[in-house]
Amino acid sequence: MTIARVKALNLAWWVLPAGLTMSFVVAVAVGAVYLSPSQVVSALSGQGEGGLAKDIVQAIRLPRALLAAGVGAVLAICGAMLQGLFRNPLADPSLIGVTAGASLGACLAILLGAEVAGGFGSLPVVSISAFFSGLLAVTLVYRVAKSINGTSVATMLLMGIAVTALSASLIGLMEYFADNDTLRRMSLWLMGGLDAASYPRAFLILAVLCGLLASLPGFGSSLNVLLLGESQARHLGVDVERVKTSLIVLVAAGVGTSVAVAGSIAFVGLVVPHIVRLWVGPDHRQLLPLSALAGASLLLVSDTLARTIIAPVEIPVGLITALIGVPFFISLLRKNRGSL
Amino acid sequence: MALLQAEGVTVSVDNRPLLTDVCLDVDVGELVCVIGPNGAGKSTLLRALCGESAMETGRVHFKGESLASLPARKRARQLAVLPQSNPLSFAFTGLELVALSRTPHSTGTERDRIICLEAMAALDVCHLSGRLYPTLSGGEQQRLQLARVMAQIWRAEDGGDRLLLLDEPATSLDIAHQYEMMRAVRDFARSGVAVVMTVHDLAHASGYSDRILALKHGRSMAYGCPETVLTAENMQQLYGYSVTVVPHPVTGKSLVVADV
Repeated sequence: MTIARVKALNLAWWVLPAGLTMSFVVAVAVGAVYLSPSQVVSALSGQGEGGLAKDIVQAIRLPRALLAAGVGAVLAICGAMLQGLFRNPLADPSLIGVTAGASLGACLAILLGAEVAGGFGSLPVVSISAFFSGLLAVTLVYRVAKSINGTSVATMLLMGIAVTALSASLIGLMEYFADNDTLRRMSLWLMGGLDAASYPRAFLILAVLCGLLASLPGFGSSLNVLLLGESQARHLGVDVERVKTSLIVLVAAGVGTSVAVAGSIAFVGLVVPHIVRLWVGPDHRQLLPLSALAGASLLLVSDTLARTIIAPVEIPVGLITALIGVPFFISLLRKNRGSL
Repeated sequence: MALLQAEGVTVSVDNRPLLTDVCLDVDVGELVCVIGPNGAGKSTLLRALCGESAMETGRVHFKGESLASLPARKRARQLAVLPQSNPLSFAFTGLELVALSRTPHSTGTERDRIICLEAMAALDVCHLSGRLYPTLSGGEQQRLQLARVMAQIWRAEDGGDRLLLLDEPATSLDIAHQYEMMRAVRDFARSGVAVVMTVHDLAHASGYSDRILALKHGRSMAYGCPETVLTAENMQQLYGYSVTVVPHPVTGKSLVVADV
């Protein structure tokens, strides 16, 4: 490793955890009622007198901040994994149809399971359904888009369009046949966003995040080798089929759960791994955990902005991430024109 | 018994025969070049030897066993393969790329680094260790990839008897680096590795190989030492172009020159 890379890595391992801590404290402090950092700390640690500050933090802002951080980290890891799997820096869950596929599953679960489980009891059902349809979407896109020389950007994005269009039309069909109550529940879910934050949702996504983080040590070096192509990875002793299957399942679980708890949030999975890669290089052993930290920070900051820019009106956080992500995506496309 | 023994290798795709009844054996320390016109089946032969293309009939034995029967990591410590094209759009540095080759080994970072630097020195790419792969020229990328596959099986004590398969490694190298590369590969073979490589430049095959296999339409047309294979008659039949064979003015080895 060159000295520049080592320095960048050391810096990143200082800056990103510090940034996450800061954005977390700010996200808890800022809102309709401004809290000082000391109030935030005492409310978080459960010390000092109770009162309004403690209630605001514990009932409203803490679950929301946990949810934002969890979803951001999960989406960033999933983006980095997809880009490694597709050997293509333009792969992103929302662009290649995984998010749309997972939304389809979530809607299906709401339509069919509305009577079975109401309220928060339906959360696991919706998540599991989102996971399975997300799984179907990644597998489908991967099967079609892969070739001997990695994956073609054009095929991959076109497959994304196809899967997204199919999901949208099926969701439209379901909405058409749903009764009023279900329709309302479905459209509320589709709007998603982090404003429906609650402890069960936050804990669900954090549990999935822990699962993803626990799996990372096994995949770092396999993903690095996979960037050389499947046949080279095989010649370097990697069990390619097992790695691919595990990655597809992990990505589907991550994206499916994040869709179930927060709706579709675009571009986090594209922008974050890219910035981190430009900074510390493509080594997945570092890229994956650092992306998780950066993704959590990005979504916390975006959500804080979304809540406060034109308060008391809340902008959906997806708008902010898209505002950051789209110019970035266009610049990447321009750079990759040769490979289209 | 030779390290690599291939007998009656036959490969077909969609009922179209790509290779028919090809035999080859390579021992440790030997370098065998595969020559032939475009589409003769050279790359298919390499893929069949390493088990990537399924054979219809025939056998490939590595130390008397099938390669497929070896566990994946053990196999990776004994067999390295360089394909014709190596697309990579991620910005690894030169040294990071070469270091990927040490994934199947558990020899420790310091030893791995030394091995990578030795392999890079053999191919004159040490100065590229800090440069980003996508910013390099085609020839520089090719030499780095070659250093990578050689570092994968660099030392006998890490893997035992070793086999290296190279598919047109000379493409996009300048003339000096072509010959430096050929010399590095031959020295590597002499250090205890069996090497099979496909080449287009017959001067490479003539100057550095121990044996040459000439493939035409997927069939073995000639097989043997360079002098017996590289005759004017053979080459005219192989390529369908009239040539003259003269001794090299310096080395005296067969030099195939096209009759303009």
